Amino acid sequence: MKEEIIIAGFGGQGVLSMGKILAYCAIMQDMEVTWMPSYGPEMRGGTANVCVIVSDKKISSPIVTKYDTAIVLNQQALDKFEHTVKPGGLLLYDPNGINNPPTRTDIKVCRIDAIEVAAKVGNAKVYNMAVMGAYLKIKPIVSFDNIDKGLAKCIPARYSDLISLNRQAIDEGMKAVEEL
Amino acid sequence: MKGNEAIAISAIRNGVDGYFGYPITPQSEVMETLMKERPWLTTGMCVLQAESETSSINMVYGGAGCGKKVMTSSSSPGISLMCEGISYMAGAELPCVIVDCQRGGPGLGTIQPSQSDYNQVVKGGGHGDYKNIVLAPASAQDMYDFVDWGFELAFKYRTPVVILADGIIGQMMEKVELRPVKPRWTKEEILQHAPWAANGKPADRQRNIITSLSLEADVQEKFNLKLKEKYQKIQAEEVKYETYMAEDAEYLFVAFGCSSRICEAATDLLREEGYKVGLLRPVTLFPFPTEALAEYASKVRSMMSIELNLGQMVDDVRLAVNGKCHVGFYGRQGGNIYSPEEIAREFKSFNNLK
Repeated sequence: MKEEIIIAGFGGQGVLSMGKILAYCAIMQDMEVTWMPSYGPEMRGGTANVCVIVSDKKISSPIVTKYDTAIVLNQQALDKFEHTVKPGGLLLYDPNGINNPPTRTDIKVCRIDAIEVAAKVGNAKVYNMAVMGAYLKIKPIVSFDNIDKGLAKCIPARYSDLISLNRQAIDEGMKAVEEL
Repeated sequence: MKGNEAIAISAIRNGVDGYFGYPITPQSEVMETLMKERPWLTTGMCVLQAESETSSINMVYGGAGCGKKVMTSSSSPGISLMCEGISYMAGAELPCVIVDCQRGGPGLGTIQPSQSDYNQVVKGGGHGDYKNIVLAPASAQDMYDFVDWGFELAFKYRTPVVILADGIIGQMMEKVELRPVKPRWTKEEILQHAPWAANGKPADRQRNIITSLSLEADVQEKFNLKLKEKYQKIQAEEVKYETYMAEDAEYLFVAFGCSSRICEAATDLLREEGYKVGLLRPVTLFPFPTEALAEYASKVRSMMSIELNLGQMVDDVRLAVNGKCHVGFYGRQGGNIYSPEEIAREFKSFNNLK
């Protein structure tokens, strides 16, 4: 199993930390991972993106141009990465602020209104975990047990009360994701 | 953890005595992690932000002169500032580890990954007839492991060792296995590993003098020849390289650091298309795997050096091959990075395939 994921959105949406938590969950599942933040000049435009690769085997190139999954959280990210999804791959997006929704028909397209989920959980900061929950619902690459372990690794002990909140956001995200 | 964090954690766990540095992207996490871990409270390791790269390297000179395991890290423009100090350390035969997390140049350049300081670091950097031992990590695990290996070589040969990384290896997060902890050397151990060190003269021995100054031509020449002998010994004994699918290869990629990872993926792509392609990754850049490349040169149709620069290591590849096969080059600059598909395409165009 090898899954190449691009996560892209605005800085502040928790793109990089979502990638990090996903990577840690995969490590807990004994998989190999690479986490590579965007280093193109586009970073200056306020967009943040990270490429996460999880695999059963040793990972060679941390840089890829086609992805199994693209998780896009704003219009620029959608425009930039829709065509980079491999045929049969997954595109997951948040409809908030999207004027031109995805058009491809040879991939699976899913939608998650993560702002609504975060509002329901009662903390805007868990936005990214709602998105991650939606992703893990469609592609359950890590077990629930390892999601908990991954979260515990990423959240400092002094904020341990936030683990359950994040977990709640993941669960709600799993429920809220719609397949189009 | 990130490659840069691995450097910091490894320094603490491998008994490094001191780190002196000055922040610069893309390696600032090294000092950031050290400051966060506060090793002065646990192992007693000293971590200090100097006022510039020039003073960092001279603090390293001072620490090394006392036989301590000391290191610094920087990125390309910072390394340029350190070159005077590195030359002095090579001249005074002082061991140290220097991490260069390369970014695009010349000048201030970009903050994105690059391999454009190959020539600077591998050929010495500063003035005078000297070389650094240069290790090229390709993963966060390498970053962790090369700190200890670097100090081992630095003390064995009394010479500066440079870990030549880049923005990708520094910034990328990967799994890292932590090796058993090695405590810092005791005073007795320092005397044993570094009997040349200036750390207090007992009554029963001569003064230890650490200097790179000798005003007499004959004395200087004798010293230069001693260095030559040292570099020859390093070339004979310390070469390290890795190969991937090279046994039956008709074409060979040569790439170091992050580029070797991308070439591995390109090799897989080309193998799927039926081309017998392999990869040789120099792990040590000085000493360079000259002999291994010369051997492959008589077996393969062509070689291609893939670097994030305008073509630097390719010169050393050509010297090793010595005309026995075609040698090509492909590179990207300025912080742009090639994809495996791009490399595969360039490979086919160079070899007139399809």
